[in-house]
Amino acid sequence: MTPDIGLILGIDGIATGSIYILVGLGLVLIFSVTRVVFVPFGDIVAFSALTLASMQLGRMPGTIYLIVTLAVVACLVETGQHLWRRQPQRIARGLFGYGVLPLIPAAVAFLTAGHLPVWAQIPLAIALVVPIGPLIERIALRPLADASILLLLVVSVALTFGLSGLGLLFFGPEGFRTRPLTDEIFRFGPVVLSTQTILMVATAGIFSLLLFLFFEQTLIGKALRATSVNRIGARIVGIRPGNAAALAFLLASLLGAVSGILIGPTTTLYYDSGFIIGLKAFVGAIIGGLTSYPGTALGALLIGVLESFASFWDSSLKEVVVFSVLIPVLLWRSLSLGRVDEEDHEVEE
Amino acid sequence: MRPLLEIREFHVAYGKVEAVRGVGLTMQQGQIVTVIGPNGAGKTTLLAAAAGLLRSRGQVIYDGVDLERIDVEERVERGLCLVPERRELFGDMAVADNLLLGAYARRRHGADVKQTLQQVFARFPRLAERQGQKAQTLSGGERQMLALGRALMAKPRLLMLDEPSLGLAPIMVREIFHIVASLRQLGVSILLVEQNARAALETSDYGYVLEMGEITHQGPSAALAHDGRVVTTYLGGTS
Ligand SMILES: Nc1ncnc2c1ncn2[C@@H]1O[C@H](COP(=O)(O)OP(=O)(O)OP(=O)(O)O)[C@@H](O)[C@H]1O
Ligand SMILES: [Mg+2]
Repeated sequence: MTPDIGLILGIDGIATGSIYILVGLGLVLIFSVTRVVFVPFGDIVAFSALTLASMQLGRMPGTIYLIVTLAVVACLVETGQHLWRRQPQRIARGLFGYGVLPLIPAAVAFLTAGHLPVWAQIPLAIALVVPIGPLIERIALRPLADASILLLLVVSVALTFGLSGLGLLFFGPEGFRTRPLTDEIFRFGPVVLSTQTILMVATAGIFSLLLFLFFEQTLIGKALRATSVNRIGARIVGIRPGNAAALAFLLASLLGAVSGILIGPTTTLYYDSGFIIGLKAFVGAIIGGLTSYPGTALGALLIGVLESFASFWDSSLKEVVVFSVLIPVLLWRSLSLGRVDEEDHEVEE
Repeated sequence: MRPLLEIREFHVAYGKVEAVRGVGLTMQQGQIVTVIGPNGAGKTTLLAAAAGLLRSRGQVIYDGVDLERIDVEERVERGLCLVPERRELFGDMAVADNLLLGAYARRRHGADVKQTLQQVFARFPRLAERQGQKAQTLSGGERQMLALGRALMAKPRLLMLDEPSLGLAPIMVREIFHIVASLRQLGVSILLVEQNARAALETSDYGYVLEMGEITHQGPSAALAHDGRVVTTYLGGTS
């Protein structure tokens, strides 16, 4: 390998790593607030790319039907719960949040399908996909909010199968690649950068910064952190864990949707391609300890670069190499840092 | 006068074991009421259930409203706040953030919250000095202050304190009881659970003795402090 090739691989790895950063941050956000290892998270990434691809082809995105399905179920769950708890006054608000809001982008996409201006496609694709996370949270995870991490993980795995089934139903088995935003290329001496690469790295940087400011500077951001640090503590100051979970899923979904838009032009994606993306980001997050945002960003970057070099040596083995990293990392983690604790109280004693 | 808090026929169970059995308790606006009793009597359970953290049977009527269908968070919004035995601070967050989050239920009154924060800092200068420090690195006494300060940030009308003097040096214990008594001037009513029965009875207006999940004695605190059995059991024999 020449230094030139090393450089190209390195840059490529950083670009891929940027996607894993966004996805990894989403996973950590969901895990720390809700204790759910959200296995289907990668599907949101793939669905976002597929949504944009259908729009570019002038087709009706399957996401619309997915959202309608999820919204109907979520509304039933929400209404059922309020009736069960005899709080009918809360039904209207629930129907608005889980029925009306997610259906607005779906309705817009439905009515404009086929003749949507290009500039509007990306924001609309993102808006269509973002409700998926909160809807799934409401349907399948909120009712189990007090369950153990293990049970939540099992449900999360089951959800992955359910969601990829719906993905096949609504997107079909074909693979798609979205059109790149630009093909422009910059040269700095030996360094060749495509606009796509710059866009990926810059977006990851910007969203990481925004997330940091959100957690450090806003009361809502602090309330999310508080929920992840101590759920009982959060409740006794008036923070509803359910609301915190919904917000965490909403933000994570946004990160996932943006990742999908960025990764769409670089590779052909299928309805089930999200799984492997999510898994790699998860390995990155594990390297960071699953609760640290900066650690996750570093881990995700490492995975991206590793994958890039591994695929140069032997592209058929690249997945093996990436996931093999998990074993020593897990060993090192369990030896050096102890485990991620079930209890909320490890620091309180 | 309508009582601020009225608990009737209150039962709380862990699985099949009832930890609180048929407790009744009443307190008026502006009062300090104490619940004393031996370890394992059910004091913590009683407060946690009144705050809405545990399922219970019976009635809790606060400010004329039956709280049965009102969750913890809404109770806080209505001014019914708990400082739990385990404190439940946000260990990994700064002291100032813990306090700001204490006012989460009042987040729509921004300017007012800033003022409350200044009042809490004035009351606990130690917390002001250590604003940026993580809660988990505070000393035991500072943590008690932070837990109390965080609850005050919610501007409670009824503050339930579970052993506020737990694990403190005698001088700090006196300080904490001094603070508790002074809260009354702010119009805060206090339901106080304490091991330190003598100090609790000296500070409060009315007292209940909880044993094995049931109220066995009650009366004005001054009278309880001279009740023969209470004296021998909880006040160490001399009165
Ligand atoms: N989570 C729980 N599960 C089962 N039993 C519990 C639980 N919490 C408390 N108990 C039991 O309920 C009873 C009352 O406990 P509680 O903590 O309310 O007592 P307490 O009066 O606050 O005691 P202390 O003065 O030691 O704080 C005890 O017998 C205790 O063992
Ligand atoms: Mg107790």
